[in-house]
Amino acid sequence: MDGFPILTTMMLVPLVGAILCLFIGGAAARGVALAATLATFALGVLLWVNYDIGGAQWQFTERAELFEGFSYALGIDGIALMLIMLSVFLMPICILASWTSITKRVGEYMSAFLFMEVLMIGVFAAQDLFLFYIFFEAGLIPMYLIIGVWGGDNRIYASYKFFLYTLLGSVLMLIAMFWMVGEAGTSDIPTLMQYDFPAGAQFWLFLAFFASFAVKMPMWPVHTWLPDAHVQAPTAGSVILAGVLLKLGGYGFIRFSLPMFPEASGELAWLIFALSMVAVVYTSLVALVQQDMKKLIAYSSVAHMALVTAGLFAFNVQGLEGAMMIMLGHGLVSGALFLCVGVIYDRLHTREIDRYGGLSINMPYYALFFLLFIMASVGLPGTSNFIGEFLALAGIYQTSTWVAFVCTTGIILGAAYMLYLYRRVAFGAQTNEDAAAMPDISAREWAMMAPIAAAVLWMGVYPESFLAPMRADIAALDARIASAAPADDSQLADGPARTEAANAIAHQGGEH
Amino acid sequence: MDFAPSFALIAPELLLTGAGLALLMVAAWGGDKAARFVAIAAAAALFGAGFMLVPGLHFGTDGPETIAFGGLMRVDSFALFAKALIYLAAIACLMIAPAFFNSAAAGQERGLRSEYPVLILFAALGMNIMVSAADFMTLYLGLELNSLASYVLAAILRRDTRSAEAGLKYFVLGALASGILLYGMSLLYGFTGGTDFATVRAGLTGELAIGALLGLIFVLAGLAFKIAAVPFHMWTPDVYEGAPTPVTMFFATAPKVAAVALTARVVFEVFGAQVTAWQQIVMFTALASIIFGALGAIGQENLKRLLAYSSINNVGFILLGLAVANEAGASAMLVYLFIYVAMSLGGFTALLMLRSEEGELFETFGDIRGLSVTQPAIAWCLLLFMFSLAGIPPLLGFYSKFVVFQATVEAGLIAFGAIAIAASVIGAFYYIKFVKVMFFDEPADVVKGSSGTAHWVLLFLTAAIISPLGYLLTPSLTDLADKAAAALFLAV
Repeated sequence: MDGFPILTTMMLVPLVGAILCLFIGGAAARGVALAATLATFALGVLLWVNYDIGGAQWQFTERAELFEGFSYALGIDGIALMLIMLSVFLMPICILASWTSITKRVGEYMSAFLFMEVLMIGVFAAQDLFLFYIFFEAGLIPMYLIIGVWGGDNRIYASYKFFLYTLLGSVLMLIAMFWMVGEAGTSDIPTLMQYDFPAGAQFWLFLAFFASFAVKMPMWPVHTWLPDAHVQAPTAGSVILAGVLLKLGGYGFIRFSLPMFPEASGELAWLIFALSMVAVVYTSLVALVQQDMKKLIAYSSVAHMALVTAGLFAFNVQGLEGAMMIMLGHGLVSGALFLCVGVIYDRLHTREIDRYGGLSINMPYYALFFLLFIMASVGLPGTSNFIGEFLALAGIYQTSTWVAFVCTTGIILGAAYMLYLYRRVAFGAQTNEDAAAMPDISAREWAMMAPIAAAVLWMGVYPESFLAPMRADIAALDARIASAAPADDSQLADGPARTEAANAIAHQGGEH
Repeated sequence: MDFAPSFALIAPELLLTGAGLALLMVAAWGGDKAARFVAIAAAAALFGAGFMLVPGLHFGTDGPETIAFGGLMRVDSFALFAKALIYLAAIACLMIAPAFFNSAAAGQERGLRSEYPVLILFAALGMNIMVSAADFMTLYLGLELNSLASYVLAAILRRDTRSAEAGLKYFVLGALASGILLYGMSLLYGFTGGTDFATVRAGLTGELAIGALLGLIFVLAGLAFKIAAVPFHMWTPDVYEGAPTPVTMFFATAPKVAAVALTARVVFEVFGAQVTAWQQIVMFTALASIIFGALGAIGQENLKRLLAYSSINNVGFILLGLAVANEAGASAMLVYLFIYVAMSLGGFTALLMLRSEEGELFETFGDIRGLSVTQPAIAWCLLLFMFSLAGIPPLLGFYSKFVVFQATVEAGLIAFGAIAIAASVIGAFYYIKFVKVMFFDEPADVVKGSSGTAHWVLLFLTAAIISPLGYLLTPSLTDLADKAAAALFLAV
């Protein structure tokens, strides 16, 4: 792979596809989009295979001085690799999910998705601060169009809210970036990750970045754009939003906030913990009473993302690894859940839970997949989310037992709202005749569900494949932030060494 | 005194003067039948004058050899940069004019009048003199030459009441602003004993006398009127809405460049020793323009009126670069001007293409509903312009904000920059309304007229510049702007 600009190629393929789709339109655009996303996925597999675990921290680097003020610099570490894989894996599935449900302006729709893919790869691969910002912000345009043109009834409100909320969050980050680049004299991300900014400035820089990432994440109380955007967006839009765009917030914390401002991160960890705890409990309770399936899943996303932020700011390896695993797992599972909603929405055109019921009778395969993803979302052992949640909670526990306690209630509440959702949709009597008459999933829907199900199980059974590329990067990050870690309340301390096994029963010889 | 070097320096102005006078004769005897020829000849003259700028722009010119006529004019890189932009904008306004005036859009007075290109030419000449002024007399001469031509241009559709009203408003308020400016200049003359920039500057060192301060404020107020910065912006929406659209396009681009460049020269060369005195005025004006430009646009239904507010908003960002008061800020300001001109030309060209089958022009939001279905090419280009004006990456409009804010932060004005950038989000609200109306709403399907090649060429050219491809221009653009800014500061 020496010298072959694979990251640029991965961005060019969907870009060419996007421009093509804009002009051809109609059914041909579907084929082009699918071919482009599959080709990008194939390149992604190639990327993963050629990624040298234990090799250089930044691999596949490219650099060209094309612009004034910043450079075109790409390169990935294990963390970025995994998130790029998630994006390119979900993309063909999104195209398949829109195959029949999108009938108007197909070319423009496919084009918007392919542009989205270019930007998502770019944002994870960017090695220049400003290049990152450009990719990060540019995603607003296609997503605004996807929600606004192909969304539900209240799409205009949702698209405005999405756009302005995220824009307002991001602009202050730009000001902070200018200051950082002025101070450090470079916009190169790997260099900045090792640059020690003055502790006083870190506080403000952290807050500026926090404003942006907290909105993207989204963290309570700036999460309100998410349920609106999710509910109004078309199915594939929700998948991308939940699967990848929400990960931008977490990626931002792990790539920028933590390594660049470790002292401020440690100082303000209490704020993150507090917001995360509120989010876990509050949004879980809100999810419990939703009548709209998409809204329920959207609120559950906020709760899961709160676990990610808490894990990130636990300042230890388990917390960081757990947070990354939740992000990957949640990307797959929430995406899959939105697909499940989309499948029945395409048939009945309603997201209201009460309009369904007893689907396991007439749609057994659908019910099976739905159950698997519900269980994964709950965090059942053997599925992807278990690994992440377990690791994250173990990491959080070391820092704060109380935070771990509150976050764990989120898991229990998560089981409650998810199982309650499943019971109402798939079990019980078939009270709605039209719902009872729906056919089971088609071959196309099989092709959407099966790969995600396989990935969910793979990640649950053998997480090492996903943890291995990230291990060195997370260890390096942990070493960078260790000195700034907040004081923990677990007081883990080594006791005096035992002389005998803990379960040894005192043996009083010869009494029998 | 040997005037040969001076005449060599002002060769482009001489060419424009000669062409303007000759074409005026052609127009007088040839009548409106000659209008097309006059327009083409005027564009050629502008192009030729622009061609003369190339060597100076490329190699950069500054220092004493740029001074002409014993200190009346200064033809340095800074002036050349502004001139190049003015010529480009003027050529664009000549390109799209015939189609407008020859269609039903012109109302009762169909047909391009041959005065139009001549007036554009004289306005451009006036702006030329403005940007290379090194003396208050030259400054006023250029300003008035430009203004007089502009007043007539605004009212060029004589029987259209809106156009006549725009011309009258522009004239009355413009005369008031000129008066304010003259009063300020006379105060400065009284306190320093000279009208050339160097003498006034020398007289303004140290403690500033209250009268001189008043002079400074009056001069800045007069200039703020010309660039339509808050609080002297009230005329803009009315004039922009009333004037014929090609004229509005002209007002939004070339005179803005000239007036901003002039303001920059005045604050640095004349008030360079009193930075704190003018910096806070410019900072206030910049912030107020950003905020009021954005707020004023929110309720507008008329697209031209909305773009007028948008130009006020953009002037705020341009002044942000000026408020930084250093070379980097001046360079950022010039980069912003270039990108702003490209976006404005594109945006107004798109508006000029919104015509009915009979050729009448549409100019409200109601008419462009669902434009993406009926006229996808125009709609997509407008989408690019609007997101670009809102400063959303990866469009070039982001880069213009990027350089300005970078200069602001690096000069240490962090809080100022933070407030300004947060206010830019208000602006995004109405820019994305364009996209909402064109893409999300049901089609109104009234835009059916076809447009000429000139419009399409200009539309696609400007769209290509502000698309991500435009980032490839940034190294050379920054190079030119840096040279220009360096020349400006060397003159100080």
